[in-house]
Amino acid sequence: MAEALLEIKDLKTYFHTENGVVPSVDGVSFSLKKGETIAIVGESGSGKSVTSLSIMGLIGSPGKIEGGEVLFEGQDLTTMSKRNMRKLRGNDIAMIFQEPLTSLNPLFTVGNQISESIRLHQKASKEEAKIKSIEMLKKVGIPRAEKVYSSYPHLLSGGMRQRVMIAMALSCNPKLLIADEPTTALDVTIQAQILQLMKNLTNENDTSIMLITHDLGVVAEMVDTVIVMYAGQVVEYTDVFTLFKEPKHPYTKGLLDSTPKIHELKDELQSIEGTVPAPGTITQGCKFQTRCTRATAKCFVEEPELKELSSNHKVRCWLHEQEEVAI
Amino acid sequence: MSVNSQLQNQSQTITSSTKQTPSFFVRWLRLLLKSKTGTIGLIIVLAVTLVAIFAKSLAPHDPNLINPAMMLKPPVWADGGSSAHILGTDNLGRDILSRIIYGSQISLAVGISAVALAGAIGVFVGLIAGYYGGLIDNILMRLVDSFLAIPTILFALVILSIFGPSVTTLIVVLGITNWVQYARLVRGEVLSIKEREFVKAAKSIGVRNNKIIMKHLLPNVISPFIVISTLSVATTIILEASLSFLGLGIQPPTISWGGILSDGRDYIATSWWLAAFPGMAITITVLAIIFLGDWLRDVLDPRANN
Amino acid sequence: MVQIVEEKNNKPTEQEEYLLEVKGLKKYFDISEGWFKKEKHYLRAVDNIDFFVKQGETLGIVGESGCGKSTTGNLIMQLLDKTEGEIIFEGVDLGTLKGEELRKKRAEIQMIFQDPYSSLNPRMRVFDIIAEPLITHHVVKGKDLQNQVYELLDVVGLDRSYARRYPHEFSGGQRQRIGIARALALKPKLIICDEPVSALDVSIQSQILNLMAKLQKEFQLTYIFIAHGLPAVKHISDRVAVMYLGKIVEITTKEKLFDHPLHPYTEGLLSAVPIADPELRDKKHRILIEGDMPSPANPPSGCRFHTRCPYAQDTCKSEEPKLMEAKPDHFVACHFPLKEGHGVLIEK
Repeated sequence: MAEALLEIKDLKTYFHTENGVVPSVDGVSFSLKKGETIAIVGESGSGKSVTSLSIMGLIGSPGKIEGGEVLFEGQDLTTMSKRNMRKLRGNDIAMIFQEPLTSLNPLFTVGNQISESIRLHQKASKEEAKIKSIEMLKKVGIPRAEKVYSSYPHLLSGGMRQRVMIAMALSCNPKLLIADEPTTALDVTIQAQILQLMKNLTNENDTSIMLITHDLGVVAEMVDTVIVMYAGQVVEYTDVFTLFKEPKHPYTKGLLDSTPKIHELKDELQSIEGTVPAPGTITQGCKFQTRCTRATAKCFVEEPELKELSSNHKVRCWLHEQEEVAI
Repeated sequence: MSVNSQLQNQSQTITSSTKQTPSFFVRWLRLLLKSKTGTIGLIIVLAVTLVAIFAKSLAPHDPNLINPAMMLKPPVWADGGSSAHILGTDNLGRDILSRIIYGSQISLAVGISAVALAGAIGVFVGLIAGYYGGLIDNILMRLVDSFLAIPTILFALVILSIFGPSVTTLIVVLGITNWVQYARLVRGEVLSIKEREFVKAAKSIGVRNNKIIMKHLLPNVISPFIVISTLSVATTIILEASLSFLGLGIQPPTISWGGILSDGRDYIATSWWLAAFPGMAITITVLAIIFLGDWLRDVLDPRANN
Repeated sequence: MVQIVEEKNNKPTEQEEYLLEVKGLKKYFDISEGWFKKEKHYLRAVDNIDFFVKQGETLGIVGESGCGKSTTGNLIMQLLDKTEGEIIFEGVDLGTLKGEELRKKRAEIQMIFQDPYSSLNPRMRVFDIIAEPLITHHVVKGKDLQNQVYELLDVVGLDRSYARRYPHEFSGGQRQRIGIARALALKPKLIICDEPVSALDVSIQSQILNLMAKLQKEFQLTYIFIAHGLPAVKHISDRVAVMYLGKIVEITTKEKLFDHPLHPYTEGLLSAVPIADPELRDKKHRILIEGDMPSPANPPSGCRFHTRCPYAQDTCKSEEPKLMEAKPDHFVACHFPLKEGHGVLIEK
């Protein structure tokens, strides 16, 4: 088996609020190989964004990483000094966010911000950085790159801004790109452009991608491996084909069935009853108990482990504890 | 699964997970006890109010009684202090404590009424300008700008010298010089709130404009208004003091804190207590009002429940 | 050759059949600056659109941000003043009504909003929110009012005890249910749904879509469903209109639109939607629409889509295509409608 680029072991990130401790990420483990694209799927409050921020070392008070390891090329990032972490961010690990406008400083030109990050991490001269920046802007498909280089972020459209963010993120050839809902704020034709761009660029450079999303369509088109998160835990972890064909967790199945699909037509959508529980409210048993149609007495008392069904399929559900059960 | 059973199921989950909304009074009390500063603020403001109401029975002396034998007596704990005048006497031998007790009446009345007047005008103008926009907004805001351009003190001097200084004129003058800040604040808030979808929803239901303003906009601008207005009770008390000092504010024998303070200014090097005690009275009252305002803002916001 | 019937849009055959008819609707926003403007500049948010909605059906309006779909909704709702055109509801042009008459008629059209967090007044209890339309139109009072509010809560699947709570105590899905209860209070005939599920979590979206479908049957509602999420639109609509830069470029039944679109933009739009099936990812050919949507303040000449259209020809740059019935019941605004447009799935 190939050496993992990123390995997360039993990561726990808790938020210490006035009303007690909220376990936003509660024992998450997974690994990511070089060149692999992984998706973390979940609804709001599932802990998917907190997971990515924990990896980047961007968890601020009142949140705190309480336990576990984040191994990046064998190095534990949770114990790394702030200085080394800053070096790593942007250089080896880059991140793009949902709303590019808020991640770009409105007071500086686009070019200024890209060259800044190039100069910071690559020790290039001003001129070199400018040349490299324009090259990157062209690479992400921005027409009239020189003009965009000297524009301010608010003058660009949403799609252009996301391209700029990608150019910035990829300017230092990161080994890992974390993309938190990169296309959610974009229109569908622009989304298609950006996804295509991400695919091409990462294929070229063999970059690994961690994609955080709620859109199963994007997952189906983009990734190799999927992690489904619910209430801070991984509930299912497998390759994308198995996940869509044979989902084992009732939540995954519910999620797949409740999504209206563009290539199918149904009279009525299935839906998952109830709402996502606030983190920390379910203290006993399976976290999905309140919404599960197949919950048994055991599910309310004992919490299931993430169990390996086959070499590449793990699921956290009592239904699969003994034998294969069709759900 | 049928929609109905889903719905039922959903309601059950929610019922078990959300708490009951407590009644207004319970929340009121809970929030008060939770906020230490709020409690302190409320106690002090209540105390000052009671002192103002019962000034006559509380004051140990006639505040305007001139007694040349007792001129510039220091407070009781200092050398030469007398237990008859706990906070000492002024240059005319008047009892400082009694003057402060009586002064609370005017200072509170002027501070609160002037802010109430300014607030009422400002909130009204701000709501109208912000909600209707366009020409109305333009006219009202140019009016606001021109009021801002007038120096407050100069305007007050002119009005007070035309109508003659009295408590009522003072309140009116302070009211109309201060309303502009509320108008600007409220208008700004309204501009952002009226874009929220619940205002659109009210319009599409067919709710009339005046009702939208009263029921949807006003309750949502009240929080920032309360914060600003408590702060400005403070500045108003001080402004009253400066006008009194210029001789256009409260006229003797009526007593205000500002008046006592400015009387004491000449003696500050030798007899500090003349200015220090009214100054402290102003500071403590103003702080208490600010604390109270913060707490009040929470009480009025249903989201500050837990 | 495609048979083109030269006729000004969908002319009604039986007038009464249409609950709503929109004719030549325009909304221009004045964006000229300065005092001495020689020339007026306008943002043409909605530029001469025609369509109708039949009683009991759901018309989906799709398009990307800035296409004018929400403005259209707001115009029908009378939340914005139109620049030109007619909005005919139950045979009456709403533009000719005034005052009390308009208020009454308008109550029959209601709206469900996108953001369940900003669409409910945070300072009002759920009871007052749902009761507001009933009080405003003096429908009921006292005990009856209470009963009606409770019934509305039942209808949208919320517990009666919630009436005393404030909006912040609810999740997005529950808030959307409150918004729906408010919209239903006046027993409207037409409900305009402006992106009603796009702010909700995936598993909650289907609950709301199912609820809307159930209510439509129960109360014979007619919906205009405005959204950018094509899968949801496909699920709930009977007919779909596609908008681009203030114009309707295609309007037809959902089957025709999703299987055989005639407008190149529709084709590209459908092709851009990710398909939630990894087995299809390599079998699918994607038609990528290049570039960004031009600004509605300065739309391209001729066909507004020509700057991004893969099939554009010279005519497209100069002449504006009219919305015409290219196939029976299938209207498209294109000089060269696709002969056999590709639907969602284009096999390689």
